[in-house]
Amino acid sequence: MLVDKIKNIAPEAEIDENGILTVTVEPAKYRELALRLKEERDLSFDFMICMTGMDWGDSLGVINLLQSTVHEHKLFLKTFTTDRENPELPTVSDIWATANLNEREVYDFLGIRFINHPDMRRLFLRNDWIGYPLRKDYDANPEINPVPLESEETLDATSTFEINPKDGEISEKENILFEENEYVVNIGPQHPATHGVLRFRVSLEGEIVKKVDVNCGYIHRGIEKLCESLTYPQTLALTDRLDYLAAHQNRHALCMCIEEALGLEIPERVKYIRTIMDELNRLSSHLLFWSCLCMDMGALTAFFYGFRDREKVLDIMEETTGGRLIQNYNVIGGVMADIHPNLIKRIKEFVKYLPPMIKEYHDVFTGNVIAQQRLKGVGILKKEDAISYGASGPTGRACGWSCDVRKHTPYGAYDKVDFKEILHSEGDSFARYMVRMEEILESLHILEQLVDNIPAGDYAVKTKPLIKLPEGHYFKSVEASRGEFGVYLESRGDKYPYRVKFRSPCLPLVSIVDLITKGGKIADLIAIGGTLDYVVPDIDR
Amino acid sequence: MKYEEFNDNEYLEQLRASGTNVIVGCLDDVINWGRSNSLWPLTFATSCCGIEFMAVGAARYDFSRFGFEVTRASPRQADFIMVAGTIVHKMAPVLKRLYDQMAEPKYVIAVGGCAISGGPFKNSYHVVQGVDSIIPVDVYIPGCPPRPEALLYGMIQLQRKVKVERFLGGKNHKEKENKE
Repeated sequence: MLVDKIKNIAPEAEIDENGILTVTVEPAKYRELALRLKEERDLSFDFMICMTGMDWGDSLGVINLLQSTVHEHKLFLKTFTTDRENPELPTVSDIWATANLNEREVYDFLGIRFINHPDMRRLFLRNDWIGYPLRKDYDANPEINPVPLESEETLDATSTFEINPKDGEISEKENILFEENEYVVNIGPQHPATHGVLRFRVSLEGEIVKKVDVNCGYIHRGIEKLCESLTYPQTLALTDRLDYLAAHQNRHALCMCIEEALGLEIPERVKYIRTIMDELNRLSSHLLFWSCLCMDMGALTAFFYGFRDREKVLDIMEETTGGRLIQNYNVIGGVMADIHPNLIKRIKEFVKYLPPMIKEYHDVFTGNVIAQQRLKGVGILKKEDAISYGASGPTGRACGWSCDVRKHTPYGAYDKVDFKEILHSEGDSFARYMVRMEEILESLHILEQLVDNIPAGDYAVKTKPLIKLPEGHYFKSVEASRGEFGVYLESRGDKYPYRVKFRSPCLPLVSIVDLITKGGKIADLIAIGGTLDYVVPDIDR
Repeated sequence: MKYEEFNDNEYLEQLRASGTNVIVGCLDDVINWGRSNSLWPLTFATSCCGIEFMAVGAARYDFSRFGFEVTRASPRQADFIMVAGTIVHKMAPVLKRLYDQMAEPKYVIAVGGCAISGGPFKNSYHVVQGVDSIIPVDVYIPGCPPRPEALLYGMIQLQRKVKVERFLGGKNHKEKENKE
């Protein structure tokens, strides 16, 4: 069994078998255990779903959710340090590549320095930001950090903290990001092709990309900290605004997480309605993906075609939920209101309407020689890199990684419908593009099966206005439009969550930009960004 | 919507009560008619409202009916900036710079709760409580996000504001002098 194997490796580890297995180790044993969890064949935890920095009051630490793509088991790996002045933990960024940006995030929010991490800069906040906002004793006085009127200085160097094995002293070493004579082009934060306010610093050799340095935080809204001062029903509203193109799906994840913690039984009708809404949302998102990718590559007419059809999806959603983009429809225990009488009829019409349009899309764009040449064989991502970086969703499936949460851990009504998980093996931009186009048809197929079978019953179960979750930690994830969206929730039995962390599907996507653009042309950066389809507020949260 | 139905914002017409020279006034009308019907927005969006801004640009709502279709990626060529989405501390200097780079006469529309006051993120440690603390705002469009119709309404309000300006011999749209 899993527990016995872990006891073998680390006999002193504290193991909690309640819910998902939780293993707590001292920092000294953390790296060794992490390495063996990844490397040992019958464990092979190769996918780090999410890393959460925590302030437990008396100690600071991280809690990582690991999964094995081979055996499909999950585990929480937890470590902590009681030193609040100079908290230090060993890095695992060389074991799981996704930990690189995640550890920078933890450093940014909690001030934990990771020893031997190659790039210990802040990820979201400015370099001159005072304090660590996710610490419980953070002083949010606006006079300490006023709205700045000057941009921060862009640094070409970063630091690594190393430990001397002899005396245990920690020393800072400078790491050069860009040399003095390198040709560095700045793209963003205000650039129409970065899909929001993302900033790349690109080092060029002629028109060949040598290195891409991603700068995030231009839309970091501090949602996780805000959630800590909101009651559970209030936190729901903020999830819609993370990845606004997956509003339903995000909210679905948080609702499911809270419902699971409460032990709430959800009526079948609600599961069907939520699944239908999730798929409609996926349709609207993928249609927008197609429109924007084509526009980025210069095909402006495609933008109008895509938006024309997307409006139809929005109409269907609007009738039931009252919102176009942000619907605020899911609530704890159900949905806000029952479905509109027209919904079934409209969906049936739409399911017939869209496939000929998709064919038209393929005729006007996919077959186009320019599109083919700019997408095929460009920005190739390998399957093992996708897993290591945690790039799930259509991006992961385009390189053959079967990572669809709907298939692997079905939620809602996904266990009752028959659908294919779209898998391609090339891993290039074109595969990413085709996965999404085929997923549109698959979503229609799911809708088709669901609309006629919505069971009768309540659309919500009654809940108390003040919800208190039992003590413990919970994790729930859904397949959002761009990948696995997860919610990690830690409760201390209050009406407010102690810590909420959103596992954003877009942060891993942006972390692979450097990997897959390296050696390519600068112009391909735009097409690669378009096919990765990240949403910047979801990266920054 | 008919022009007479814009019942609010009568103060705009009162702005003209200062008395305008007939010839220059007529010339003003012609120039402003042209200016108000070819306002070019800057392609600027930080979050959710930006998607609705794109929807306004697309076929169903189609802001090119009112002359807004030439979205510019460079602030130097834009007439107004739609601040669509939350502005956070790190973005504030960038927004200020974009505004400074635009050529006069220039206008600002604050779209959505976040740009007006911080919206649902008002209590956050990293969100600017309304862009009017950084740059002057001409039109506010409330909503989270505002519907495309609301966006159009707000943009047409901006056109009205442009129409009552005195282009020749003085301006209503004054900026505070920088005292440095």
